[in-house]
Formats: sequence, structure tokens, C-alpha cells
Amino acid sequence: MADIDIRSVRKAYGKNQVVHGVDLSIRSGEFVVILGPSGCGKSTLLRMIAGLEAITEGEIAIAGDVVNAMEPRERGCAMVFQNYALYPHMTVADNIGYGLKVAGLSKPERRARVETVAKSLGLSDYLDRKPGQLSGGQRQRVAMGRAMIREPKVFLFDEPLSNLDAKLRVQMRIEIRKLHNRLGTTSVFVTHDQVEAMTLADRVVVMNGGHIEQVGTPEEIYRNPASRFVAGFIGSPPMNLFEGRVTGPGEVEAQGIVLSVPHAGLARGQAVTVGIRPEEVLLGAAGSNTASIDVDFREELGSVRLLHGQVAGADFVIQVPATTAGPKVGHFSFEVPARAVHLFDAETGMRIDPVAGGIRAAA
Amino acid sequence: MIERTPVLNFVTHAVLLVGLAIAFVPMWLVFVAATLSLQEINTPPISLLPGSHLWENLAEAWARADLGVKLTNSLIMSVAVAAGKIALASITAFALVFFRFPGRMAAFWLIFITLMLPLEVRIVPTYAVAANVFSPYQTILDVTGFSWLWQQLTGTELALEWNLLNSYTGLILPLVATATGTFLYRQFFLTVPEELMEAAKMDGAGPLRFFREILMPLSITNMAALFTIMFIYAWNQYLWPLLITTDRTHRGTAVMALRQLIPMSGDSTGGGVPDWNVAMAGCLIVVAPALLVVALMQRFFVRGLIASDK
Repeated sequence: MADIDIRSVRKAYGKNQVVHGVDLSIRSGEFVVILGPSGCGKSTLLRMIAGLEAITEGEIAIAGDVVNAMEPRERGCAMVFQNYALYPHMTVADNIGYGLKVAGLSKPERRARVETVAKSLGLSDYLDRKPGQLSGGQRQRVAMGRAMIREPKVFLFDEPLSNLDAKLRVQMRIEIRKLHNRLGTTSVFVTHDQVEAMTLADRVVVMNGGHIEQVGTPEEIYRNPASRFVAGFIGSPPMNLFEGRVTGPGEVEAQGIVLSVPHAGLARGQAVTVGIRPEEVLLGAAGSNTASIDVDFREELGSVRLLHGQVAGADFVIQVPATTAGPKVGHFSFEVPARAVHLFDAETGMRIDPVAGGIRAAA
Repeated sequence: MIERTPVLNFVTHAVLLVGLAIAFVPMWLVFVAATLSLQEINTPPISLLPGSHLWENLAEAWARADLGVKLTNSLIMSVAVAAGKIALASITAFALVFFRFPGRMAAFWLIFITLMLPLEVRIVPTYAVAANVFSPYQTILDVTGFSWLWQQLTGTELALEWNLLNSYTGLILPLVATATGTFLYRQFFLTVPEELMEAAKMDGAGPLRFFREILMPLSITNMAALFTIMFIYAWNQYLWPLLITTDRTHRGTAVMALRQLIPMSGDSTGGGVPDWNVAMAGCLIVVAPALLVVALMQRFFVRGLIASDK
């Protein structure tokens, strides 16, 4: 087990910079998920930790040792690749044990350790097969076994579940988390799937355009998104976002709707982005902060229903329980509770906290 | 495209059969001629059915052309050329595909250009180099005045010499140093996913270990294909062995020996006797190993050229 310190790390390919000064501390034994859209630099960051990409600027330390100049094999990391990258000509046992063979362990010793790992992953019956004869989930397990057997200081996962079908993905997700609970090895997991990130992570790192947008527990990231980007990226369906303006103390106006908000210290006339989560809207209630929506499409998801429509010409989504009665389309009024309104500075995109001393996660 | 019409089936089969006949009839004539006696083969029209003298003709050809020694020489040369080719091609392609170094593209194009210079085109300079491998270096030393300086300082003449004439090395090396195999291997290595190399790196394997334990086993079909091509290429060489071997009794190859079986008036061995039956019997013996290699390697050969099995 080891902690990882990433200090002002940059990565550039020629003049094209893809990672712009990332600072991140990962505690020993922590499960950190790096989440972001494709091209945000998350895989590059992971590959720099692994030693597969050179670090252009800055430092990465694993267990206190700066690893910038170390070969991948000296860093004590094991990696699970997106397409598994199993050696096609070797049996499952040889695939899992290859790292030990390179390290010079004797055959009986290797065999014993391979069998232990294979047993813990449910692969004991497949040890003599070639990867080509295995299903996707089994290949994924072999790739995990290959990483586990070396008892590394750090596990690195590069979108390991994206080649699996939906059902298997959920199952492997649970297995990966259980494995982490059992082994307690520091793990860094890269994904673009927010559900994976929310379910697996102790802490989520949201990246965008080569920057870290927010680091926090899944709950923090969901409850208090630190920026407009995080607000729009996390949550399914995504948060409704409008451009608006401060019209008075604790009052903003967006799309012709005037909302009272608990935020203090707003300057009159300040341009803000107003965010409202679809699931925090109360349908049919008639208190303050009410507006109306023209629903033109209802999406049935089983446990919940999504109402798609327009509020004063802007697209808006409301999530309601599936038990909610009512016609499919039409004109509905709804209430936005004041505490459910998120405000972001329109210029910088940064979160404006409701009250002084409110939780503001580090950017 | 799959078409199922009886007429088309008939036509395609007819085309195939004509092609087969074009390829097979000459071989059949060689075989028939090899089975006839001296009288039979010189009586027109030539028979299309085999006679009964195959074994004596084979024995006569074997003895007259000294094929035991010649076939051994050919075999040594062909196997060494094919093996050397695989070794050279795989390691150069490995360097070109998996490493980023200055001058990589320049190296690639230099290798590529040698494709346009087959042995026959550069046979005179190649012979000069084979006669003394160090001659280019000697020239450089002479031109730069280093030889003169050496002579002034030490009082001895600087003469570098390494002669390859009349040796197996001389027969083999110039045929190994060509680019064909490098390209076959390069194409294969380009299909190997990069993650495989990265996984090997994470497992702690160095480049040569990755090459030996992962790339080589994966490229077995390529190896078989290249071996077949290069074996046949080396086996069929005529001009180069003719030039480089002066001691033909001990260093001559099987294809060279065939020349001795062809009857010519005034020829020391043929003595003007038109014994084409013996010449054809010699052909049968010489072509047999090449056919055998193709037959054995055929399965891998096709797989290695069309696809990598993943």
C-alpha cells in the first residue's frame, strides 16, 4: 500500500498541452476514480502514474519516492487495460504468472500463487485455456489476476469495464469494489461513466480539458458541484442550467422566472448560471418559486418518469416518481425549493455557495 | 460475393482446370521424359505415358552430377538464408515499429530502397565486396590518407582483407541482406496492439524479452511464410553461386549441377549424347526438396500472408 502525490504535473505532445498542471494527493488504501469526458487527459494522467507516458513537467511520487525517472516495473504499479491486453498465445495460467516469471520466480512457486489468485477470481477451471476461448468477463478477470498476483503498491484501471455488456459491467463493478475492500490496495480508476465513478469511488476526481474541476466524495460532487461543468456532467438526467441575473438580495431571475435563493452577498445585476436538478423539483406544489412547464414528451424509466418540456422557451426536465398520476403531456406548474437552486458565476463557471461557510470542495 | 449458378460454376471450374493444365503439363513431361530410355526419348513423337527406366535415369543423374554433395550444399545454403532472413527481418522490423529513435524514417526508407536493387542489379559491386569484405573501408582509409599515415608511422602496409569467395558465408550473406522479410514483419508488428507491449512493460519485461517471449511466438505463421519464400528463393539461385564458387566440386549447388546434365555437343560430360532423360531425372531430384518445403509449409504459408490469427 502506498500514497500517491501528483505535484503540478503537465503533459504536452510538442506544443499541444493535454494536462495543465494537476495537483492531487491520493491517500494510501484509497479508491480514487478519475472521471471526465473523452479527451480530458484522464487516461494520460493514469499512464503517467504507470510510467507509460513521460511526465513533461512536475512530479509524481509513489510511497514518497519520486518516480519520474523510474521504469514502469520499478514503480510497483499494476495496470488493467481497457481491451485486457492478454497475451493471446499463452494460457490463462501463463498470462497471470508472466510477471512472476519475468521476476524470476521458480515454476512451483509461480504455480502456487497463480492458483491462489485464480481461485479468488473463480478462474480455477480455466487455467489451461487460451484467452481466445474465454468470454469477455472471464478475460477481464484474467487481466485483474495478472495485476493482483504481483501484490502491487498501486492498482491502475484504465476504463476496464467499457468493453463489457451492461449486465456484466454492473457485476464486475461490484467485484472490483469487493476486491478493493479485501485487499485495501491504493487504486486509481479512470472512467467516463459517472455511475461507475459514483459507485466505486471513495473520492471522485472530475477532470475537464486537462484540468481538475473538483475532487470530492461522490456525495459532495453530486450535492455541491464546484463548477458549472461538474453540475452539468454529474447526474442523469443532467442538471437544468439557465443563464440568469441577480435582481435583488437573495433573488435571481432566469427565463422570466423569479426565484428566491438562500445565497448571501450577491451583487445586483451579477450574471449567474442557475442550476436545478430534475429530481428536486416539486410538481404541482404552489408555494413561492413556482413556474410552469409545457410537457411535450414523457419518458418512462420504470422506477421514475422524466417529463421533457419547455419552461419559457428553454428545455427543462423534471423527474417524478412513477406513481405520479396525471396525463402524459400538457401544462403543469411546479415549485423549485430555494435550497435546490445552485448558482454559478456566469463568467468563471465557479460555484457560488448558498451561505458563508458552506461546503466548498477544493478545485 | 457468393453466386450460385450452374453455368458460372462450370465456367469457373473450367478456368481453374485450364490453369492447372498449364502449370502441370510441363511437370508431367519432365516426369515422363525421366522415365524413358535414351532410344525412346529420341524417337519422335515424344511419348505422353511414362516408361520403365525411372530408377536407372535417377541413379545416372545422381552419379554424374554428384548430386549428394550438391544437394547438401544447396540445403545448407537455403536453410541458412531462410533462417538468417527471419532473424534479420524480425529484429529490424522490431526496431522500426516499436522504438522511436532519430533517423528511424531514414533507416526505413534506406531499407525500402534496397528492394529496388535485387542481387542481379548489384552483382558486380557485391562480388567485389565478397572478394574482400573490407575493401570499402580500405578505400576510405586510402582516400583520407590514413593508410599513408599508417605506413609512415609503422613502416607496414595497411591492407585489410577478408575473402568470402568459395565459402558458405559468401554464398549465404549477400542473399540474406535484402529487405523483403523486413516488410512482411513490419506489417505484422503494426497489427500487434500497443497495449500488449504496455502490458509486458507493466509485467516488467524488457524489450528483448517482449520480442522473444511475446512477439516471436505470435509471429510463427509469418516465420513459416517467410521461411518458405526465402528457401525457394535461395534454392533457385543460379547466377550468384556460379560467380562465387570456384571450387565447383565441393561448393557447387544443385541448380548449378543441373547445367552439367544438359547435353551439349563437345561438352566434357555429355559428350554430345542427347540423353535428355538423364537431364530430366536430375531436374526431378533437384525440384523435389523445394516442392517438399512448399507442401509442408503450405498451411502456415497462406495463413501467414493473409492474416494474423487473433
